Amino acid sequence: MHTVVLTKGVPDFREGQVAFDEDGHLERGATPTVMNPNDKHALRAALQTKVRNGGHVSLMSMGPPGFKEVLQEGMESVYADDAYLVSDRAFAAADTWATSIALTTAIERLDEHVAEGGVDMVFAGFKTADGETGHTGPQTCWGLDWPILTHVVSLDIDEEAGRVRAKRLVEGDIEEIETVEAPLPCFVVADPEFEPTYRKAAHRLTHKDLREETQERAQNHEEHVTVWDHEELNLDPDYVGLDGSPTIVSSVDPIPRAPAERDATMVDPDDGEAMRELVEEMVPLAGGE
Amino acid sequence: MSEPTDGASGGDGEYEHYEAVVVGCGPGGAAAAAALADEGVETLVLERGVDAGAKNVSGGLIYAEESAPYTIDGLFPGFREAATERPVTEYHLHNVAGSQVKSFDITDLHEHDTDWCDAVLRREMDSWLAERVHERTRETGGGLLTEVKVDGLLREEGEIVGVTCEELDPIRADLVVAADGVNSELARDAGLMDWEEPEEWFQGVKAVVDLPDGAVPERFDVEGGEGVAHLFSGDLFDGVRGGGFVYTNEDSLSIGSVFHLDSVAAERAEPHELLDALLTHPFLGQWLADEEYEEREYSAKLVPDSKKAALQSPHQDRLVVVGDAAGQMQAQGPIIKGMNHAVTAGGLAAEAYAQAKARGDTSRAGEFYERKLHDEGVMEKLRPRRYEVASALGEPEPFANLTDAVLDSAVGRFGVRLLGDRLERLYSSPALSMMVPDTRTPYVTLPTVIAEELGAPVDETNDVEPPSLADRIGDLTYDTDVGNPHIELRDDSAAASGTAVTACPVSAEGFGGGCYRRETVESNGEREEVVSLDTQPCIECGTCAVVAETEWEHPRGGKGVEFEEG
Ligand SMILES: Cc1cc2nc3c(=O)[nH]c(=O)nc-3n(C[C@H](O)[C@H](O)[C@H](O)COP(=O)(O)OP(=O)(O)OC[C@H]3O[C@@H](n4cnc5c(N)ncnc54)[C@H](O)[C@@H]3O)c2cc1C
Ligand code: SF4
Repeated sequence: MHTVVLTKGVPDFREGQVAFDEDGHLERGATPTVMNPNDKHALRAALQTKVRNGGHVSLMSMGPPGFKEVLQEGMESVYADDAYLVSDRAFAAADTWATSIALTTAIERLDEHVAEGGVDMVFAGFKTADGETGHTGPQTCWGLDWPILTHVVSLDIDEEAGRVRAKRLVEGDIEEIETVEAPLPCFVVADPEFEPTYRKAAHRLTHKDLREETQERAQNHEEHVTVWDHEELNLDPDYVGLDGSPTIVSSVDPIPRAPAERDATMVDPDDGEAMRELVEEMVPLAGGE
Repeated sequence: MSEPTDGASGGDGEYEHYEAVVVGCGPGGAAAAAALADEGVETLVLERGVDAGAKNVSGGLIYAEESAPYTIDGLFPGFREAATERPVTEYHLHNVAGSQVKSFDITDLHEHDTDWCDAVLRREMDSWLAERVHERTRETGGGLLTEVKVDGLLREEGEIVGVTCEELDPIRADLVVAADGVNSELARDAGLMDWEEPEEWFQGVKAVVDLPDGAVPERFDVEGGEGVAHLFSGDLFDGVRGGGFVYTNEDSLSIGSVFHLDSVAAERAEPHELLDALLTHPFLGQWLADEEYEEREYSAKLVPDSKKAALQSPHQDRLVVVGDAAGQMQAQGPIIKGMNHAVTAGGLAAEAYAQAKARGDTSRAGEFYERKLHDEGVMEKLRPRRYEVASALGEPEPFANLTDAVLDSAVGRFGVRLLGDRLERLYSSPALSMMVPDTRTPYVTLPTVIAEELGAPVDETNDVEPPSLADRIGDLTYDTDVGNPHIELRDDSAAASGTAVTACPVSAEGFGGGCYRRETVESNGEREEVVSLDTQPCIECGTCAVVAETEWEHPRGGKGVEFEEG
């Protein structure tokens, strides 16, 4: 098995990390880049595949050289064997379409280079935290002309038969789950509800081995990262980056701050007097006032 | 190992097979696994804690006996340097009556048959052992997995052929080692142990107390790297049969109590209060006075009494049972020896399997193991024949009261005065210490009379204020398995299960934040006393499995309480 996991660096939107300027615009420079939180579902699915079916996992990302940090984070969590960074000034400001073209090309390039059988599966996360479009995965898959399984919550691979069986949420609804099958190679978008299952002791022992192995590898992750630019991928600059992007972002509207100021008062539940006062204050509110 | 086949979501398919599966990675399981790996046996070790040691509590003195065929440092070179606190080189027994204390030096008894003895904290010890165990068993094709709880025995046509787990599909094995400690679900499943008789158990309760760096040598008057053990018995525990201990760690103390469970139940004693009686005794003022009392951890666990509970035939089909799971926990008078016997049993079980395999019939492992326990003298330590004789005379109530009454009379007191310091030698006699009967006499009456007749008042003061039960629970770490309680009440009447309200170490009469609570319900105009159970604060000690009517299991892998010290 050779699997590829697509991952992306996004601004760290967590409280205390993210920085906005006075107009409420994101300050990219002052905000650290982290792995797209939703990609961890793809990483978990890829890890399950590696643990249960063995083989090689490659991480792939498109972005500036600084994304290597993100790749390191990814390598640690998926116990990846190596990573590919599609990175070139010519790719800057690409929309999802241009990004998909570059990624499709990179996957095809990798496919040719993998010994025996090429790439079997590509895993992608479920939309990114910055763009939130959810386009890149499906478009990349369309470029590859592979079957796609989305909203996947569990996965079984029968390598010999060359088939994947998955449980997926119908229309993304947790209440409705269907079982589908697809031939390999195929493209899998893991849902946030994806739960890896390791029901064999052998799986868990392999998992432990991989963790130890990868710790070493992730420390000098640079040695395992290959950077590809547009020349390497033989991509026409007219089809990538800003020039290759049909989407036009007219403007970004900041969401205004909530007008209400809230005060918090701490009340000790063991303090009878304070609790009584609190209840008295709240009684009128219960009446809808 | 046979190749695992995947079913839907890793479901059905053929079962995995390992040559040996060891359940539990305390000292017994670790020893068995290491010895099996040394024999080249493919060994899988399954431990329910997030880390080996996360579930385990001991008082803390691990012995290496000269007469034992296996010792922990023999099986794990470097053990003492890496995983223990201090070698214990002095042992004192204090007889207490009020604030009168008479102390005996029983280092001779402590050193009898002892190669070395170190104080340990279980989290550190067991997790160190587990790393070695994983390395060694991994080489055989097996390995150690944490957060996996074995919940029963896999049977085919009525015969034990492996284990079933909460987190994994069933696993087949040629040898199953149950090293799952006290309240062994495997020994129960095999029908070898029931959890019915409180007389067969002790309850151990313990606090690990922080001390400033360098305080141990100074306050306990020992050389820099060495440590000491102090034991307490007499009237400070309200007549409950048992005793207290203070053991020195690197920069903390293990302070605890070990009581006969039947006595805890009968006296309706509150275990945390018994511990507090020791913690606040003036004698401990000399060690605890100088700074604010800081408790690192409160914990408890049942301890089997091998004299009554040790299995004569700890095996069935492919199953062998070692350590606490087989009741192999020896109370040698005041000295508690469980960990060392678990190690020996683990080693012998591995040896027995290797021998059976060499003869081409692995099904005989259990039979060989039983024989080795006898031949190596382990059974004689666990269930001394002399005790069986002494207890036949000493334990029935009329005799117990007679000796108690005589001792407490003018005649008895005269005898104690007459013996004076020669009593120290009697207390240090290994032969006598093995046959101490389970009556009030040795635990309460004799020490009290000794302290009254021969002791001197303690002039120390002790202003330790132990934390409340609520604070003790609040300081523990839990990963609660919400909606999936591991204990259920089978009979919630006060008559059947009311004892748990007091005997549970994290519950108390009138305390609403513990596991067991007393409630009055009214139905059809009648008032009825019942108990209710909330397992959230449970520290998995096992007490209510014996004293109440419960369906008792351990939590799933990784769930429940997590001890940091042990
Ligand atoms: C307060 C107190 C003081 C003590 N003092 C001493 C002392 O000073 N010296 C001494 O030698 N002994 C002492 N003991 C006794 C000693 O702790 C035990 O005898 C010893 O730990 C027994 O070792 P073991 O390997 O049999 O079991 P344990 O150490 O209990 O190990 C059992 C292991 O099995 C795991 N397990 C249980 N069930 C399952 C399952 N279903 N699936 C997977 N894993 C499972 C547990 O998590 C645990 O790691 C004391 C005990 C107490 C409570
Ligand atoms: S609920 Fe039972 S097992 Fe849990 S701490 Fe209380 S007595 Fe022990």
